[in-house]
Amino acid sequence: MTDSKYFTTTKKGEIFELKAELNSDKKEKKKEAVKKVIASMTVGKDVSALFPDVVNCMQTDNLELKKLVYLYLMNYAKSQPDMAIMAVNTFVKDCEDPNPLIRALAVRTMGCIRVDKITEYLCEPLRKCLKDEDPYVRKTAAVCVAKLHDINAQLVEDQGFLDTLKDLISDSNPMVVANAVAALSEIAESHPNSNLLDLNPQSINKLLTALNECTEWGQIFILDCLANYTPRDDRESQSICERVTPRLSHANSAVVLSAVKVLMKFMEMLPKDLDYYGTLLKKLAPPLVTLLSAEPELQYVALRNINLIVQKRPEILKHEMKVFFVKYNDPIYVKLEKLDIMIRLASQANIAQVLAELKEYATEVDVDFVRKAVRAIGRCAIKVEQSAERCVSTLLDLIQTKVNYVVQEAIVVIKDIFRKYPNKYESVIATLCENLDSLDEPEARAAMIWIVGEYAERIDNADELLESFLEGFHDESTQVQLQLLTAIVKLFLKKPTETQELVQQVLSLATQDSDNPDLRDRGYIYWRLLSTDPVAAKEVVLAEKPLISEETDLIEPTLLDELICHIGTLASVYHKPPNAFVEGSRGVQHKRLPPRTGSNESPESPELAQPAAAQPADQPPAVIPSQGDLLGDLLNLDLGPPTSGGTPAITSAMQMGAMDLLGGGLDSLLGGDLGGSPAIGAGSRSCSYAVLPQCPSRGWSRDLFDLGSGVGMPAGSYVVPKTVWLPAMKAKGLEISGTFARRMGTIQMDVTFTNKAMQIMTDFAIQFNRNSFGLSPAAPLQLATPLSPNQTIEVSLPLSTVGPVMKMDPLNNLQVAVKNNIDVFYFSSLYPINILFVEDGKMERQVFLATWKDIPSDNEAQFQIKDCHLNSDAVSNKLQSNNIFTIAKRNVEGQDMLYQSMKLTNGIWILAELRIQPGSPNFTLSLKCRAPEISQFVLQSYEAMLKN
Amino acid sequence: MIGGLFIYNHKGEVLISRVYRDDIGRNAVDAFRVNVIHARQQVRSPVTNIARTSFFHVKRSNIWLAAVTKQNVNAAMVFEFLYKMCDVMTAYFGKISEENIKNNFVLIYELLDEILDFGYPQNSETGALKTFITQQGIKSQTKEEQSQITSQVTGQIGWRREGIKYRRNELFLDVLESVNLLMSPQGSQVLSAHVSGRVVMKSYLSGMPECKFGMNDKIVIDKQGKGTADETSKSSGKQSIAIDDCTFHQCVRLSKFDSERSISFIPPDGEYELMRYRTTKDIILPFRVIPLVREVGRTKLEVKVVIKSNFKPSLLAQKIEVRIPTPLNTSGVQVICMKGKAKYKASENAIVWKIKRMAGMKESQISAEIELLPTNDKKKWARPPISMNFEVPFAPSGLKVRYLKVFEPKLNYSDHDVIKWVRYIGRSGIYETRCTCTPLYEILLCWDQAASSMDSPVLGSGCILLYEILLCWDQAASFMDSPVLGSGCILLYEILLEVPPKPTAPRFSV
Repeated sequence: MTDSKYFTTTKKGEIFELKAELNSDKKEKKKEAVKKVIASMTVGKDVSALFPDVVNCMQTDNLELKKLVYLYLMNYAKSQPDMAIMAVNTFVKDCEDPNPLIRALAVRTMGCIRVDKITEYLCEPLRKCLKDEDPYVRKTAAVCVAKLHDINAQLVEDQGFLDTLKDLISDSNPMVVANAVAALSEIAESHPNSNLLDLNPQSINKLLTALNECTEWGQIFILDCLANYTPRDDRESQSICERVTPRLSHANSAVVLSAVKVLMKFMEMLPKDLDYYGTLLKKLAPPLVTLLSAEPELQYVALRNINLIVQKRPEILKHEMKVFFVKYNDPIYVKLEKLDIMIRLASQANIAQVLAELKEYATEVDVDFVRKAVRAIGRCAIKVEQSAERCVSTLLDLIQTKVNYVVQEAIVVIKDIFRKYPNKYESVIATLCENLDSLDEPEARAAMIWIVGEYAERIDNADELLESFLEGFHDESTQVQLQLLTAIVKLFLKKPTETQELVQQVLSLATQDSDNPDLRDRGYIYWRLLSTDPVAAKEVVLAEKPLISEETDLIEPTLLDELICHIGTLASVYHKPPNAFVEGSRGVQHKRLPPRTGSNESPESPELAQPAAAQPADQPPAVIPSQGDLLGDLLNLDLGPPTSGGTPAITSAMQMGAMDLLGGGLDSLLGGDLGGSPAIGAGSRSCSYAVLPQCPSRGWSRDLFDLGSGVGMPAGSYVVPKTVWLPAMKAKGLEISGTFARRMGTIQMDVTFTNKAMQIMTDFAIQFNRNSFGLSPAAPLQLATPLSPNQTIEVSLPLSTVGPVMKMDPLNNLQVAVKNNIDVFYFSSLYPINILFVEDGKMERQVFLATWKDIPSDNEAQFQIKDCHLNSDAVSNKLQSNNIFTIAKRNVEGQDMLYQSMKLTNGIWILAELRIQPGSPNFTLSLKCRAPEISQFVLQSYEAMLKN
Repeated sequence: MIGGLFIYNHKGEVLISRVYRDDIGRNAVDAFRVNVIHARQQVRSPVTNIARTSFFHVKRSNIWLAAVTKQNVNAAMVFEFLYKMCDVMTAYFGKISEENIKNNFVLIYELLDEILDFGYPQNSETGALKTFITQQGIKSQTKEEQSQITSQVTGQIGWRREGIKYRRNELFLDVLESVNLLMSPQGSQVLSAHVSGRVVMKSYLSGMPECKFGMNDKIVIDKQGKGTADETSKSSGKQSIAIDDCTFHQCVRLSKFDSERSISFIPPDGEYELMRYRTTKDIILPFRVIPLVREVGRTKLEVKVVIKSNFKPSLLAQKIEVRIPTPLNTSGVQVICMKGKAKYKASENAIVWKIKRMAGMKESQISAEIELLPTNDKKKWARPPISMNFEVPFAPSGLKVRYLKVFEPKLNYSDHDVIKWVRYIGRSGIYETRCTCTPLYEILLCWDQAASSMDSPVLGSGCILLYEILLCWDQAASFMDSPVLGSGCILLYEILLEVPPKPTAPRFSV
């Protein structure tokens, strides 16, 4: 019974003996011999010499023996191609066998024999087996097509096997469908552009039906294949999601993860305000948590994937912090991953718990884990401002432990905390300096040197400390050398008298004695700066540093999106795209998330979608007037990237830039104020649009351009000054301010984006919630350049009023979502109702009278407008430019009565009677409208217009 | 997909090697041995990438199973497959050991050929496999038998064959739960707690029975409560539980669960796991562990641990074991316990306290003095948590089986004829209480509470501890420049002046 004895034959004449046994007449002896051969094969001995003898045993009705021989054949056929032909006959015969198990075995094995000559003979039997009556044979044949394709792709195409395989997707047996899907997906991967899988709603429906019936593995194949499909619209995507969600309760974690992949991908297409979207988000959390009770290896795969999911959609798991707490017995790879996710989920709500945990972890034994835990405490401080103080004191406690690697790790993170909260925690520097000697890792040394340099003015013996590092300058790593150079230069600028010698020493060390080009270059730059203009050097070196951003280790968004498409696979475990670790043509295809439908992210009009880089070239140079030459020169300096100019709107900052320049601001610009450069880059466009009315946020510019309204163009409408809609605090460093305007018949939203974070912002998009008047962006938000730190970009977004309508409270409330590579932010703003007044809002006199009478007096509202010093003509002119038309003017009892009308974009008429008593600053306004709730907003507009 | 599968013994010798894809060469076998099995350091990841080849491994006792690939495979699937492979092997020949694998290598090759085709996992239900892959060699089957096999292997109900007959239709349901707990050092705060439960079913039923399983799932009960007032009055007595998430054996119709939340299925024959679930709300924690650790100088440690049972007094917990970790430099331990047996196990660096049985609503205590060898080793002792094992005869999640109905329309037995057994077992999963030296000031902070509950022996002893601290006031005073200890002492002083000690604690009188 025991087969282990076959492993122990080690005699010298073994092969010879085996040969004899294989040719024995007795069946039992033959079988024994084959077993011995397989055992030798397993342990790596070369038994290929026995090939003919083993093949001779193939003709048998003993299935077990046959399987062993086949196993041998698969291993050695390649090395003995001529001999392998001998087996063909048996294979062909077996493919005709009445027993389906034998037919399947033959076709399965044949596909594994990678000998060209044999593959020719394989085609006919394979064709038959693909149409076999038995599903077991068909499912095996389906995989065999993939095998054959791997050996000879051309042959498979020529023989038309691909079409047969496609037909199998409609097979009645779910397992056949699953294997056909698996085979087709694999073949399609090596033909990225072929439309092999040809997924369409019909075939998707078939797959979804088979999904309910096939084995766990089959479900994985089908789900992975579904993930490659892009639904046509959000409806279809929702219906697929609905049919995939039940898989989240499957016992097999791989089924669950593949289902999560499909859902994460298709969710991208669902509008966020959809109820189902929220339901789906809620449904995703429990299965992900359950994955953590699987075996540790699977937990690891799950955690790596959760890491991606948390970055893509933090809302899913934000309440599940506790399940990521580390257990004492977790394998180290699970511990480290959990820690990562804990930091990502840390927020003000749970920070106390997280910190208590992290402190606990910092006392564990595993060095890597402890380091990561210490680092995590620092990351929490940076992420959750309220916790910073507690984090710092925890770190100080840890430094007191004097455990070397803990101290070093703590110093590295404290440096980051200083960067984030300058002038707040510097009192701890003394404690840090105590540990100077124990630092032996470059990163910690560099961090400490940075701290000493940055706060040199508060450390009495900063020069001594830095000098001590300088002694072994050449033995330090580059990181430390660079940091030391900068720190000493900073020290010199702060205390020039005492440290002249020191700075000269370091400069000569860096420039003359070092082979490192980075170090040398930096040394020279400092040297020249210092020798030319110490004041400028001070401005450059000691310039205020931008705050660091909280999320420094986020996966880059495009990569993240690609990895989301690979959930469950190796790519998601490595956090690398497949082509980084897969050879050859497979996996080179980049997968992408589908675009959200119904939103403005999809480029609808091609002219707006053209690449931004092409913009400057489109500008006819002749348009740039004389002072533009200066701008042109500046542009050549490549100070800033050009902004998008696709929309006919023009931003005021461009004008500002130009004005500043003309006003002699050139010096200040060259003086290093690079932050303002984007505005100049945009400046070239401004001139060509100079006739357009401008945002009056600064009076003088309006005066310059106010000419337009005088000509009778009803465009010089009143625009509310910009207000901050979204403070940088609430939007991870993105500040948004803006206003609304009506220009030349279109409503425009003037928005200013300011990046107050450390990282570059890209991928901007905007979306409105449903609102009272159906306002929606008429073109996608186009910020052609990425928004670099400290940069400001202004954009005018044309709006239309054809969007979905929902009554808001207050009526003029507009809820806006702005997306960038970092996150999605929401804010709401109030728009003045006058932007909705249309140009053809002038009523006929008779109609006016009739309408006035027609509207019940209940709807009439009367208001007082105080402190307005305008005469009736001025009022009338002013209002006219805002599309409030005076229809008649009457003088009754010394009072001027103005009868006015205006029409909203949705066709509602508002009638007004304005009573002006000459000499009195108080006006009386009566409004009549069929929708009386509008009146108060109209009043606001009147007041704003008349008083500005 | 999976390019190859290798099985190694603990020395790294290959026991089984099956290559499915051409891109996996023989050198892959050695690469894994050298880089993972023979690696000096502890394995840092279950997935290893060596020269653009990825290795997935799991370990069962001292056997390594490794799947190899060069493609971007579904990693979760590979691990699920490796586990499944282990299950199948166990079902065929028992424990996975070097000897068993060598003894059954032909069988294993046969299985690998069947359940993995070109690296794609195929039907791997042991029930189905056993019908045509046997250790006895293949019987010559009739044509009907053959087609029955293939239809079962590829069929919709791959886990059950037709024509099963029992004289006695019987089924056993085991609700097996493991309670996981992580307590904060003072035994006062639950850091995390959850129950992961399994419903294991042994079915001996004839034909192709259709089963329906019902439990006190909150969602179902609430739904029914709305429907009929009658049901509400009936179910109001029983409590329903909120299930966070559950997963099912592939026999359960998931779409039906998703839409109606009803669990219906055709069960496999014999034993299998019907469902797994997880709950986090309203868990009955069967035991509380309250540790008190005090360092007396550098060479002595005093430990007191109290356990309290927290369930009906009529029930008995069994196999109770408390594991109190001791420092690596422990030289000797003296233990006194009120109940059961306690022993210091030097090899495990722990005091193991075992109690055979313990009824509900009782408490018991152990105290130990640990002598330490003075060391210069600066490496810190990680203070592993105190862990506990036990078994209780109820489900800590509160889950109750409401019904399991069996319908087999084709055969003449009804739901009433089936004999059904239900059993609940609650076991400890990872049941840990963290243990740190109770910092003085924390005790002081909760002094008010402590004083008012002096009749608890634990707090009582805590107070004694405090008393002792007060005796060494001199020492404490010299630490006064430490703000924590300093303020602690001041606090203590003030409390002592204000709060008169309770009469129930006569030992504590200042």
